[in-house]
Amino acid sequence: MAKKIRKTRVEMPKQNPKGRIKNYNEVALGFSEEKAIEEAERCIQCPDPTCIKGCPVEINIKGFIKKIQEKDYEGALSVIRITNLLPGICGRVCPQEEQCEEVCIMGKRFEPVAIGRLERFVADFEVGQGKKPEIKLQPSTGKKVAVVGSGPAGLTVASELAQKGHKVVIFEALHKPGGVLIYGIPEFRLPKKVVEQEIENLKAIGVEIRLNHVIGKILTVNELLEDFDAVFLGLGAGLPAFMKIPGENLIGIYSANEFLTRINLMKAYLFPEYDTPIKVGKKVAVIGAGNVAMDAVRSSLRLGAEEAHIIYRRSRKEMPARLEEIENAEEEGVIFDLLVNPIEYIGDENGRVKAIKLIKMELGEPDDSGRRRPVPIKGSEYLFNVDTVVVAIGQKANPLVTSTTPDLQTNKWGNIKADEYGRTSKKGVFAGGDIVTGAATVILAMGAGRKSAVAIDEYLRTGKWK
Amino acid sequence: MYRIVKKEKMNEAVNKFVIEAPLIARKRKPGQFIILRLHEKGERIPITIADSDIEKGTITIYVQKIGKTTYEFGSFKEGDYILDVSGPLGNPTPIEKKGNIYCIAGGVGAAEIYPIAKAYKEEGNNVYVIIGARNKELVIMEKEFKSFADGVYITTDDGSYGRKGFVSDELLEHINNRKIDEVIAVGPAIMMKVISELTLKYKIPTLCSLNAIMIDGTGMCGVCRVEVDGITKYACVDGPEFDAHKVNFDLLMKRLKSYLDEERISLEQYKHMIGERR
Repeated sequence: MAKKIRKTRVEMPKQNPKGRIKNYNEVALGFSEEKAIEEAERCIQCPDPTCIKGCPVEINIKGFIKKIQEKDYEGALSVIRITNLLPGICGRVCPQEEQCEEVCIMGKRFEPVAIGRLERFVADFEVGQGKKPEIKLQPSTGKKVAVVGSGPAGLTVASELAQKGHKVVIFEALHKPGGVLIYGIPEFRLPKKVVEQEIENLKAIGVEIRLNHVIGKILTVNELLEDFDAVFLGLGAGLPAFMKIPGENLIGIYSANEFLTRINLMKAYLFPEYDTPIKVGKKVAVIGAGNVAMDAVRSSLRLGAEEAHIIYRRSRKEMPARLEEIENAEEEGVIFDLLVNPIEYIGDENGRVKAIKLIKMELGEPDDSGRRRPVPIKGSEYLFNVDTVVVAIGQKANPLVTSTTPDLQTNKWGNIKADEYGRTSKKGVFAGGDIVTGAATVILAMGAGRKSAVAIDEYLRTGKWK
Repeated sequence: MYRIVKKEKMNEAVNKFVIEAPLIARKRKPGQFIILRLHEKGERIPITIADSDIEKGTITIYVQKIGKTTYEFGSFKEGDYILDVSGPLGNPTPIEKKGNIYCIAGGVGAAEIYPIAKAYKEEGNNVYVIIGARNKELVIMEKEFKSFADGVYITTDDGSYGRKGFVSDELLEHINNRKIDEVIAVGPAIMMKVISELTLKYKIPTLCSLNAIMIDGTGMCGVCRVEVDGITKYACVDGPEFDAHKVNFDLLMKRLKSYLDEERISLEQYKHMIGERR
């Protein structure tokens, strides 16, 4: 008879909250080999696994966990790499609890298998061994693909197509490749060396990366099509959204993009050793409750804020951030001010923000998103003193490429129209990730990249468009 | 890596750099800028492109020593490399035939307005240039403007060269004597504000180029936001030029001071380090 199965998942060690808010090191420390095996043993190897369908890139989860059970970690990684080339990243930032783990059979009665933690373990194990992945490349097709943007969608497309024998050149606007993985997600959640490693792996299979190339400016999509057989646009979300309320341009009010870019890309936390400054003061308020908001509020603590608040107009239940991130924020002492919304910012004589006028909210009928609509409570306004505000309420589409490519159709929000394989209204041009869907997750962008890569490969081989 | 092909000292404060960047040289239009980062620990700063040579594949910029980065840039030599140059960014100046155009520049703004003035001239306009500086030493590019402009006028704060006073004093005299179809002002925010207030009074259409703080320069971060006609715009992707009469200059000037303390710390530390090396 099989041995008794553990009902609860194996805890992954974390840095303790008091210590970790004083450094930028990764909070979650990952499984040891023993813990990984213990957790892998919880997988009952269902004959008809539901977890795989829950994964946007359909990793053979059952298969890779089986390999861990057999202590064949390289084998486990090979199984993952069939459909996902960025396991070190996905194991850390995927919302597994609403994907693979949500539908895990074990989860019906007990806690689901910690699939993300196991994925991370095998990726880290390889790096720890100092091994490079062995990736088989198909013979060269002589075809060239331009990938615009080096975030999760672009990296995925580049990787898939390079393996299929196509020459891939990535064009990145910033001075470092990785997109949101580099400028957006903080070191304490996704160490930059993990991203750098994945990018090195790409270069090793012949992918070329041209930095400082703002497509739409230095080259247009039409110009790219003169040199390349196909173009993939993985532009990302782009423009930060603001609430358009009075005082929003006061000094000390950052978009989350700016705040996180200063910290992650420009290393402002090391100012003045690094030249880019950032100011947080004692009391920080982050507007919004998504993953980006959690990244910002937790970063502010590491920059020395004594009090860091999340200001959110709905209730706890509606917060869009991953539960794990909310818990991490709470452990670190973040204060959640729920059912309140900013209506105005008040500045001092130098134009620096000093207070937010907040209004209390209550939940009314469900809105289009299915969540109960927050409604302001008349006369409930009050002032909330603050040194720094970070607005993390989402992003809009960046128009630099679409405005210079007139035959590329967009929807009313400026997002590029594309079918499920990323085919746009313009022959030879594909798009995927946030620029198509609006701001979403790393794994969804990678899923879109994977589907696009299939369609691009087909287009390059057959020349057939739709 | 972008090689400095040529460096020329214009005066104590301003250096001219010719930098290898063939794609940018080919693409750039008057009014556009680059964002550069000197080295791995550097910040990203926007600088207007003054000129380019498509055949040689170079762009020309003029850099005034103001903060740490621009001081450090001043120590770069011919043959040195800049780590990152991104561009051309921002929208080009809309150049049309309008008639009498006045280009007003403050300090290093002369270099920034140079390609615009030249383009207006090539489009068939009469182009008049007013350059203002603190003193004679700081006046740059006078000769270059004189080679094509219909009039070049200098003002200095101390009267060491040209008219003693401000560019606005000079412009006012011309407003009284000539029909002016458009004014374009490039320079310190306060100068552009004063020019804008003057031309508003006389209802002369006026453009200005806003020198907001930037990071990525692609609309992603939003630090460069400015208010134009009460609406928030991003100087990097919506500008850098706007209808001066609609710009909230007071907000711009305040936002430019966002990091005054940090800029001072950074510069002092840099000067200290240079001192130690010597």
